[in-house]
Amino acid sequence: MLKLDKLVKTYNTGDQALKSVVLEIPQGQVLALIGPSGAGKSTLIRCINRLVEPTSGTVHLDGVELTRLGSGALRRDRRRMGMIFQEYALVERLTVMENVLSGRLGYVGFWRSFLRKFPQSDVDNAYRLLDRVGLLHMADKRADELSGGQRQRVGICRALIQDPALLLVDEPTASLDPKTSRQIMRLIVELCSERGLAAIINIHDVALAKMFVQRVVGLESGAIVFDGAPDDLTPDMLTHIYGEEDWEATIEKVTDAEEEAAQ
Amino acid sequence: MVTHTQTDGTRTWSRRTQKQSLIRWVAWLIGVAVFVFCWNRISEVTTWFFVWDAPRIAGDIFGRATPPRWSYIDQLWGPIWDTLNIATLGTIISLMLAVPVAFLAARNTTPSKMFIRPIALFIIVATRSINSLIWALLLIAIIGPGVFAGIVAIAIRSIGFCAKLLYEAIEEINETQVEAITATGASRWQVMLYGVVPQILPAFAGIAVFRWDINIRESTVLGLVGAGGIGLQLSASLNVLAWPQVTLILLVILVAVVVGEWVSAKVRGAII
Repeated sequence: MLKLDKLVKTYNTGDQALKSVVLEIPQGQVLALIGPSGAGKSTLIRCINRLVEPTSGTVHLDGVELTRLGSGALRRDRRRMGMIFQEYALVERLTVMENVLSGRLGYVGFWRSFLRKFPQSDVDNAYRLLDRVGLLHMADKRADELSGGQRQRVGICRALIQDPALLLVDEPTASLDPKTSRQIMRLIVELCSERGLAAIINIHDVALAKMFVQRVVGLESGAIVFDGAPDDLTPDMLTHIYGEEDWEATIEKVTDAEEEAAQ
Repeated sequence: MVTHTQTDGTRTWSRRTQKQSLIRWVAWLIGVAVFVFCWNRISEVTTWFFVWDAPRIAGDIFGRATPPRWSYIDQLWGPIWDTLNIATLGTIISLMLAVPVAFLAARNTTPSKMFIRPIALFIIVATRSINSLIWALLLIAIIGPGVFAGIVAIAIRSIGFCAKLLYEAIEEINETQVEAITATGASRWQVMLYGVVPQILPAFAGIAVFRWDINIRESTVLGLVGAGGIGLQLSASLNVLAWPQVTLILLVILVAVVVGEWVSAKVRGAII
C-alpha cells in the first residue's frame, strides 16, 4: 500500500539524513521504526507526507505518487495520512474538541473552519472518538489543561478523524511515563487493527516496540540495516543498529506481571 | 576566574587577572576624568543665576497655578472625549494595518524573505522613527487641522510598534503545532487560522492594549500642533498664562492616563 523507493534526503547543510531507503508496507501492517537519535526516523516519516521535501526517490500511497503531487493534490492526499507527534503538537489554546475537529480541516472550506461550523457528522465522529479514548468529559477543556497521556489521546483522535489509511507516528511515547507509554502504544495498535490501518511508529524504546508490533525496521545513519520480526532482533543486531551495549535485558520477554501493572 | 598555585602549594583564586584589574582601574579613572571635565564645561556655559532662581520661579508659578480653576472643566469634556477617540480609533486603524505587515515581516510566514520581508521591515522602521507630533504636523498640512489628522498620525506612528512586537511573537510560535495542522491537509489559510492565530492571540491582545495605553498619552499632546484633543486647550491656556486652567488640564490628563493604564492592566491580566 505504501511504497518508498530509493528515497533520499540531503539537508542544505549537506547532512544526508536518508540514503536511498526502500520500504514497502502492506495494508494494515503496524511497523516500528527503531534507531538511534539522528538516524533519520523523523525525516523518513516527514518525507512521506512531505512536511520535509525528499531530495530524490519516490513515495507511492495506494498507487498515487505523492512525491510528484502539486500543492492542492498533496493536501487532498495528506488527509489520508494521520500524523501523531512526540510532543503531542496540540494547539494548546484551543479546546480539545477544536483540536480533534482540526483533523477535518482538509475536508471543510475556510469559512466553515473559521466559524467552527463543522458538519454534524464530523462532530458526531469527534465525540465517538473521544469516547473511544476515554476523554468524552474533557471535550470542552482547553488542550493545555490536559496531562501528557490525555494530550496524546487527543492527538490520536485528531489523526483518526481524518479517516486515514496510514498513520505516521513520531515518538508517541517519548514524553510519557512508562505506564502511560504502554497504554498509548496499546491504544494506537488496537485502533489500527480495528480500522485496518497501516502505521509507521518511530520509537526509541525497543522493548516497548517489541511488545506491540509485527514488524521492526532498524534505521542507522539513514539506511535500513534491519527488517524483520521483533523476535529476530538479537543483541548482535541491536549492537549493529545502536552500538555496543548490553542488550540482554532489553530483549527479554516482558513478564505478565509487568504487563498487568501497566494496565 | 584565575587560579594561582603559590610556592607553598596552596591554590589561590581571584576573579580577574592582574592585567584585567589594571584595565578596569584605568577605565574607571578615565570615566571619572571625563565626567569632571564635562561638568566644568557645562558649568561654564550655564547662567547660574537662572538656575539658583529656579525654585523661586517654580514656587511662584505653583502659587499662581493653584487652586485649579474647577469651573473650566465644562469646556474640557469635549476635548478629552476627542483625545480618547483619537487614541482608540488610531490604535484600531494601526492594528488593522500592522497585522498584515507583521505577517509579511515574520521569517516563518513571509511569502518572500528576499523581497517582501525587507519592505515590511522598512515600513516598521519608517513609521516608528518619526514622532507622532511630527506626523501630526505633516498631516495637518496635508488634510487640514482637526481630530482626523490626529487619528491618522497616531495610526501611522503605531504601525511600526505593533507590527514589530507582533512579528516577534509570530516568529516565536511553536512550529510543531503548525506542522500538525499542515499534516491534516489544511490549506495555507486554515494553517494560519488554526496553527498560528491561536498562538499569537494573547500577544496580540497585550500589544493592542499596551499601544492604546501609550496612545492616550501621545494624543494628549497632539493638540499642541492643532491635531485635535485636549492639547489644544493646553496650548491656548499656556499662551495666555492661565495657570489655574493649565493645572486643571494636567489633572484631567493624569486621570485619563491612570484610567487607561488601569484598563490595560486589567485586560492584559485577564488574557495572560
